[in-house]
Amino acid sequence: MPETPTTPILAERPAAAAAAPAKIAIRGLVKSFGRKRVLRGLDLDVPEGRSLVVIGGSGSGKSVLIKSVLGIVTPDAGSIRVDGQELVGASRAELDRARRKFGMLFQGAALFDSLPVLENVAFGLLARRLVDRRTARERAIATLAKVGLGPEAADLYPAELSGGMQKRVGLARAIAAEPEILFFDEPTTGLDPIMADVINELIRGLVSELGATALSITHDMASVRKIAHRVAMLYEGKIIWEGPVERLDDSGNPYVDQFVHGRAEGPIKVGVERNG
Amino acid sequence: MNFLAAIGRATLALLSTVGAVVLFALGAVVSGLTGRLYWRQLGRQMLEMGYFSLPVVGLTAVFTGMVLALQSYTGFARFEAQDAIPTIVVLSMTRELGPVLAGLMVAGRVGASIAAELGTMRVTEQIDALTTLATDPLRYLVFPRLLAGTIMLPALVLVADVIGVMGGWLVSVYKLGFGPIEYINRTFEHLETQDVVSGLVKAAVFGFLLTLMGCYHGYRSKGGAQGVGAATTRAVVSASILILIANYVVTELFFAR
Repeated sequence: MPETPTTPILAERPAAAAAAPAKIAIRGLVKSFGRKRVLRGLDLDVPEGRSLVVIGGSGSGKSVLIKSVLGIVTPDAGSIRVDGQELVGASRAELDRARRKFGMLFQGAALFDSLPVLENVAFGLLARRLVDRRTARERAIATLAKVGLGPEAADLYPAELSGGMQKRVGLARAIAAEPEILFFDEPTTGLDPIMADVINELIRGLVSELGATALSITHDMASVRKIAHRVAMLYEGKIIWEGPVERLDDSGNPYVDQFVHGRAEGPIKVGVERNG
Repeated sequence: MNFLAAIGRATLALLSTVGAVVLFALGAVVSGLTGRLYWRQLGRQMLEMGYFSLPVVGLTAVFTGMVLALQSYTGFARFEAQDAIPTIVVLSMTRELGPVLAGLMVAGRVGASIAAELGTMRVTEQIDALTTLATDPLRYLVFPRLLAGTIMLPALVLVADVIGVMGGWLVSVYKLGFGPIEYINRTFEHLETQDVVSGLVKAAVFGFLLTLMGCYHGYRSKGGAQGVGAATTRAVVSASILILIANYVVTELFFAR
């Protein structure tokens, strides 16, 4: 049952929620890998300045969704508009321009292991030629401080960092160029509960500090409750429920209920699937 | 019919792979030539491929030169043609063995490491991360490697030529009774510019091919550690085969002139 998000959501920003123009508007997105149909006509809106989290089981196509928006995966059909600009079928230059608004935290942090932390964080600034090397260095140190890392971490290599520190550096790299849209791919996977909460707090703080729009995917419900304004559930290649995070526990949708409460019994049948 | 179908399938698979490799190479070269050049990447790769390959290429060359002198002596002494040994050594080294052996050794050393590095970057999403940081992975990762291979392999082969001739000289002077000066003089007596140039052209082609194979297989690897291992194997095997095929093609081109 797709629910249309029309009701005002959060009391503190009713105007933004009610009349929020969709920063990202996805329509009819289709993607198959060989015979496996991963996305089957997916519709989703991410309102400007809001944090939307897509939940769904492993292999439900969450990663494919986020990578389609980033332009890493090319969809078979459908439309992805960012600020009204169509990305499906866009030229490389147009895609590059759209990507300047993006910052992405990868599941495994995906830090460049041939470069020290500082250069990882400064990478996007230098690649976009926003600033010179010295300014980039200063900005990187300042960004590291935002994620709770001191300048002494700057000269370490990613292999010398713990998982939680790698995530922090990945977060710093994602926000260094102050993007308008942030993407988080399973931000808490592989972290202990305390570190997961630290990362969730950081994400929540940074997204609101930057005033950014956020699109995340996760199956960690604690993380959803912490970082989401809105939640959408992806099942069999479509969004089957969407609503404010407060409605998560009384969504009235048996699929969402089963997922949120982590029950083996329910409408969702768990088979052995290959990861999409 | 099944037999024919099998041949057809194999042919189609081969053609589609060739197509994919050509498109990959074109994409990398075009994006490398149209945008900024990453000098630091290029420098790092040149150092890695050129300087750090010197020991292995040098060792290969010196023993090849020594064996060449010994073997040709065994044959040529039977019809009193020992005087031709310096010419045989230098022509074999510059035209053939220098480029081919250096190419194969570097394919094993550099091709494998490129495939493993890019393959790991692929499966850990580092290549995707480059894209999200407004950096074209073909321009940043692939093009500097292709360029470094194409520049550095001729340089390595030039060194290998000199070391190979020196190996022949050592054996000829200390074991076969040649005069040291006479050997050097005879080495240059029949050597032509084209002998060296054809070897260097071969080297440039081999350098491009072996880095291309490393990049292509690494870039497209998937499926974790096992996928990276498979990519590394494919890179070395395909580079070695391509080097041997290209060796004939380039020789033919120079031979016809």
